Amino acid sequence: MNALYRQIRNWLDERFGTGSVEEFLRHKTVPIHRHTLWYYFGGMTLFLFVVQVLTGILLLLYYRPTPEDAFESVQYIVTQVRFGWLIRSVHSWSANLMVLTAFIHMFSVYFLKAYRKPRELTWISGMILLFVVMGFGFSGYLLPWNTLAFFATKVGTEMAGAVPFAGKWMLTFLRGGEEVTGATLTRFFGFHVAVLPGLATVLLAMHLLLVQRLGMSVPPSVEQATAEGRQAPRVMPFFPNFLLRDIIGWYAALGVLGALAAVFPWELGAKADPFAAAPAGIRPEWYFLFMFQTLKLLPAKILFLEGELAGLVGFSLAGAVWVAVPFLDYRAGFGRVTRFFTGLGIFALGFIVVMSALALR
Amino acid sequence: MRALVTSCVAFLMLLILAPSSAAAAPPKDSCIACHAELEGKQSEPVKKFDTDVHHQAGLSCADCHGGDPGDESMNAMSRARGFRGAPTKAQTPEFCARCHSDIAYMHRFNPKMRADQLSQYLTSVHGKRLKQGDTKVAACVDCHGVHDILPARDTRSPVHPTNVASTCGRCHADAAHMKGYNIPTDQEEKYRKSVHAELLASGDTSAPTCSTCHGNHGATPPGVSSVANICGTCHVFFAQLFEKSPHQAAFAKMGLPGCVQCHSNHEIVKPSDDWVGTGSSAVCTGCHSAGDKGYVAAQKMAGDLAKVKTFLGRAEEILGTAERSGMEVSSPKVELTTAHEALIKARVNVHSFNDVEVQKQTDQGVEISQKAYQAGVAALAERDVRRKGLGVSLIFILLAISGLYWKIRQIESGSRT
Repeated sequence: MNALYRQIRNWLDERFGTGSVEEFLRHKTVPIHRHTLWYYFGGMTLFLFVVQVLTGILLLLYYRPTPEDAFESVQYIVTQVRFGWLIRSVHSWSANLMVLTAFIHMFSVYFLKAYRKPRELTWISGMILLFVVMGFGFSGYLLPWNTLAFFATKVGTEMAGAVPFAGKWMLTFLRGGEEVTGATLTRFFGFHVAVLPGLATVLLAMHLLLVQRLGMSVPPSVEQATAEGRQAPRVMPFFPNFLLRDIIGWYAALGVLGALAAVFPWELGAKADPFAAAPAGIRPEWYFLFMFQTLKLLPAKILFLEGELAGLVGFSLAGAVWVAVPFLDYRAGFGRVTRFFTGLGIFALGFIVVMSALALR
Repeated sequence: MRALVTSCVAFLMLLILAPSSAAAAPPKDSCIACHAELEGKQSEPVKKFDTDVHHQAGLSCADCHGGDPGDESMNAMSRARGFRGAPTKAQTPEFCARCHSDIAYMHRFNPKMRADQLSQYLTSVHGKRLKQGDTKVAACVDCHGVHDILPARDTRSPVHPTNVASTCGRCHADAAHMKGYNIPTDQEEKYRKSVHAELLASGDTSAPTCSTCHGNHGATPPGVSSVANICGTCHVFFAQLFEKSPHQAAFAKMGLPGCVQCHSNHEIVKPSDDWVGTGSSAVCTGCHSAGDKGYVAAQKMAGDLAKVKTFLGRAEEILGTAERSGMEVSSPKVELTTAHEALIKARVNVHSFNDVEVQKQTDQGVEISQKAYQAGVAALAERDVRRKGLGVSLIFILLAISGLYWKIRQIESGSRT
């Protein structure tokens, strides 16, 4: 058996040079310190992404992206297709858990200053991946063509229409016309299963390559303690020690997903009726709530700008600052922790939590 | 010199323009001018007239009362100038009808306007009694008001559907006013408790009010024989069933009013299934007694209605439980609406007083409800399978996690030694 394994390994090595990968994995290590726990959230997000891809492919076998058939096809999946209910619920729950773990991963990277030199591109690719994940959520929400999704998409795309100059164009581009119609559904389906997966694959490859190339970042406090001899540098091999721990986390996530799907199957609601009045309490998915609530609380006019427009400009600027943080906080690259950026992170996290809680009241 | 010429030209211009400016001023109405100056009752008409529909249509005091509004002296109100003055109560219908019965004139203001109010009024109890000299009865102004008359579509108008019951009730609910007529005075009070009043209050102006059943200008109490016809103008299907039913001839023979016999007249409350059958709330036992054919049919109809309701309730309950458990049961729920429709049709068919017709609908409702119930049972069974499956999966996941944990411990203890 061992001889056969060696033969296959040699065969692959001759053609793909897998030996160097093996060599790399053999020597790859993961630092051990009091913040090591946060390293697992990247892998967890990746695992949930894989779950999304697999369940998404299975849903594609039955889903039909037209206003006449979309709702009925999802209804068929959850009532008639064997384990269709499980696949659909896991897909929906996993999407939400993925956004949650992606946010945890992003904030842990931020607070541990893992974005500092030379990992600027890892941070930027990760941030763009987060936006892509939110895009997946926004486009996927409409696909069952139910009442809540229909009106939430209407409200969401209206926000894009408030952008100055390009707003009208963006609204028409997103909706495929003036209103949310079958054209919007087809378009969102295209984004969800072709455009965004393509983008995500490229970005993910780049993100993972950079993580492998640069290794795991060690927080400045740990780095300093090690340099001053207060703490001995400790590492564990990536393969198999860290990977096995990762897999434990993935199994746990699978258990949570199964439990959520079986006990709280994702609701389908009622089929969208474009001519009906919007039901009360329309709101977007939880990860957009902080923006939704902020725009709701803003006054009608801020200086010379419409309140909603000022809010959108504010969020765009905040997003740009957040993406550019490795360059703005360049001192972190020299091991100097700037309190301002730590404070900014605490403020951003607090703002998101408080605004989301207010929206959920 | 130049200034003198300019002044002359300006003076000439003033001379030319002055008469035309005077011609543009609105003609003075001496009725309004004088009555506005008077005190108390004499000025009332002027104060109210601004919002009056007649004023809005461009009519003046003189169009009804005659006289010469161009004359500022008391001669304006002389008989020689055609002054008619205020009509007496008995004169009011004809006074208004001078215009309102002239269809050509009325169509100048509204091409859809009717002109038969007077002829209808004269057929009404009010009109007949007025002719006999009873001035307590309602004439035009008692319902429509005077000098501040609003179109009937105006919600402030006393004859707008939402105000009709109060307007009629002003006299008909006043025991002192109605003394001597020997008719009840609780109609408005009863009507207020009815489903019709409830509907009207909810904003449905097509819901019946007093004038819908009694007529407005030709107001008359419907006779025993015409009650079913009046109810049937809206409740068409019920009336048709009643017409074909054995009750129609029996009621006519006994001199009983059709619909009103069971549903009452003014206090028409929401009917209940308990009205059918032989129970304490049943209306059938008013005429039928144990052993007769109608009594047996009533018992049968009540039993069938109760049966379909029991099956419907059972199906609804189990589908509700399944839905609350997160199961997708929208299809059986939609099918269950057909069972609800069957129950409604069965309730309608009660008015045929034919237990076989009622049973056809209730059987259909029971069959659909049973199917929906079975779908609910299947959904709950599926839910239990899922939960058991979850339990088994979680055991395997825990075992895998334990195995991995043990493996890590093994690897790391090995590397330490």
